[in-house]
Amino acid sequence: MTTTAKTKRIIIEPVTRVEGHGKVSIYLDENNQVQQARLHIVEFRGFERFIQGRPYWEVPVLVQRLCGICPVSHHLAAAKAMDLIAGVDQLTPTAEKIRRLMHYGQMFQSHALHFFHLVSPDLLFGFDADPAIRNVIGVAKKFPDLAVQGVMMRKYGQEIIKATAGKKIHGTGAIPGGVNKNLSIPERDVFLKDVEQMMNWARGSLKIAKDYTVEHLATLAPFGSFDSNHLSLVRADGAMDLYHGNLRAIDAVGNRIFDQVNYQRYTDYIAEEVKPWSYMKFPFIRSIGPENGWYRVGPLARLNTCDFIDTPEAEAARREFMAVTHDKPNNLTMAYHWARMIELLHSMEKIQALLHDPDLQKQDLVVKGQRRDEAVGVIEAPRGTLFHHYKVDRNDQVVMANLIVSTTHNNTPMNRAVQKVTQDHIAGKTEITEGLLNRVEVAIRAYDPCLSCATHAMGRMPLDVELFDHRGVMIDHRAR
Amino acid sequence: MSTTIKMTIDGKEIQAHPDQTILQAADAAGVYIPRLCNMKELIPHGSCRVCTVRCNGRPQAACIQPVADGMVVESNTPELTEHRRAIIDMLFVEGNHYCMFCEKSGNCELQAMAYRLGIATPRYPYQFPHRQVDATHPDVLIDRNRCILCGRCVSASRDVDGKSVFEFVGRNSHKRVAVNAESGLGATALTGADRAAGVCPVGSIIRKRTAYAQPIGQRKYDHQPIGSDIEAAGQK
Repeated sequence: MTTTAKTKRIIIEPVTRVEGHGKVSIYLDENNQVQQARLHIVEFRGFERFIQGRPYWEVPVLVQRLCGICPVSHHLAAAKAMDLIAGVDQLTPTAEKIRRLMHYGQMFQSHALHFFHLVSPDLLFGFDADPAIRNVIGVAKKFPDLAVQGVMMRKYGQEIIKATAGKKIHGTGAIPGGVNKNLSIPERDVFLKDVEQMMNWARGSLKIAKDYTVEHLATLAPFGSFDSNHLSLVRADGAMDLYHGNLRAIDAVGNRIFDQVNYQRYTDYIAEEVKPWSYMKFPFIRSIGPENGWYRVGPLARLNTCDFIDTPEAEAARREFMAVTHDKPNNLTMAYHWARMIELLHSMEKIQALLHDPDLQKQDLVVKGQRRDEAVGVIEAPRGTLFHHYKVDRNDQVVMANLIVSTTHNNTPMNRAVQKVTQDHIAGKTEITEGLLNRVEVAIRAYDPCLSCATHAMGRMPLDVELFDHRGVMIDHRAR
Repeated sequence: MSTTIKMTIDGKEIQAHPDQTILQAADAAGVYIPRLCNMKELIPHGSCRVCTVRCNGRPQAACIQPVADGMVVESNTPELTEHRRAIIDMLFVEGNHYCMFCEKSGNCELQAMAYRLGIATPRYPYQFPHRQVDATHPDVLIDRNRCILCGRCVSASRDVDGKSVFEFVGRNSHKRVAVNAESGLGATALTGADRAAGVCPVGSIIRKRTAYAQPIGQRKYDHQPIGSDIEAAGQK
């Protein structure tokens, strides 16, 4: 490391315990104060290009290969678009409920994975704990019951996905106009047997996240936090709906920017900006512009935008959550974890209700309609709002695809979080300390980013941090 | 004159009719000889060579070689299995076969054959050829990325449908299935109900809007290897 330069750039690479490969660059000024911090997403895949020419019915199965963590989200978002391409506006009750069950299973397993496998080491051991123990193995050694819960909850969600999509990862359940199978009584009974256990574990997970946040509120409140807009789907009555709804965006204090927007017209409301230092685009709300029109998505945004949750225990938890900020939007980055566990419980309540619904055993699975040429499918994925937009020619071949994934929406917010953390923790230093590295990762991890999805990439999932001086000379580099 | 002859396949003595091929006789006896181009209702033409056996010591395509009294056939030998693997490997790398999202997956004879022969990944480098998709027909699509040039569509269209919609053109690595209309499949006499639209062993010629209708777990080769039906019939 050299420190002769007047301004400096710090690079953190790779970022660990996130889904994908990211790099952080920190630029210092002449006084060693943070001038700018950037999260670079350096993976590239090109899904939007190589699905061109493929038949539209293939897309829900093909495009889910973007991700191995929440492929169901891509599968369903694409299927929702292809329903419309196939001319189907309304699925049969059985088809929609099977898809919802698949989606809640997905939400349950993904949130459990993130909380127990990726985040719990930070919460249980503290941000400054030795990375050698601050990991999932450390959790398994010191808190074996929790580690087992995490594994079993994830398994439960994945088994639901398997029962509805045919495979735990990359199944084929949703087809244009419906689904290819229902849920048999024997399949249902397997899940009913463990439903109470899962509910109890979901309640326990929520309690850990809530208690941790409340207990450490003074420390967490400023940690990587900033005011922002929030965006999600909401149901027509304002309820949280993770599978379907209309778009709602609010500002940092809760004023509505737009509401009940049919997502077929999302391009009238949302645009994407390209920056030369990242493969990930930067979406923004058109009416506000790129400078201030960025917004957050995901569990925190969904808790902020919805009027209520339609399952009793999650709704009670939402009220407690909102009370912390006096019913105004919660802009704390670290509150994502609490919000995520409320959704975990909500998903389990939904699963429980669906398992008792006899529609799941009915045989009316697919509807047909009059072909259309263009459609948008949107779903609330575990990490946030997911847009799939396709155009199909008269030969049934895809001619255009645009995917805006959750992590892309959260691009600017993650950059803000990194900038805030580095400003608070690096000031005056010219090297990357373990504490800084940890805190940058903790801030990014709160968003549960899927960097592979966001650039549509494959590879390792690590973080690199680089420190640069004002002339662009790298003076320190640290990687996991 | 006897109406049956005696022969052996892999040391097992079987009886056969003199007008049968080795493949037909083996099937009737419950002995599965791997094959890709052959299909019971179509005239065999020995194009894929996967069914190659040693017949009295000489390599022969079992689907076109007539049986003879006292014939000694070897099929399930390490040497022949290795040759079959090589053929399957070459078919995989010469096309663009992405099983993970192919709608034929689970029902695909090429994929099932690879599983049966224990092929985890091809030994040869992928060629990644540039191939065309012809989706101009309202009900049927040709994805030439997946074509293995078995000729079933050519035979079915000519001999069953009486239309000769398909034919091979080009030679060697340029060989491909063409259709009898310049503007593509949509301008031919093919209908979605034609036999030629339903004989493809892979996902090359597919009926539109039928993809993934069978759930995973209920597809033809989800639980039993290809050829199991023939072997099971032989045990009854």
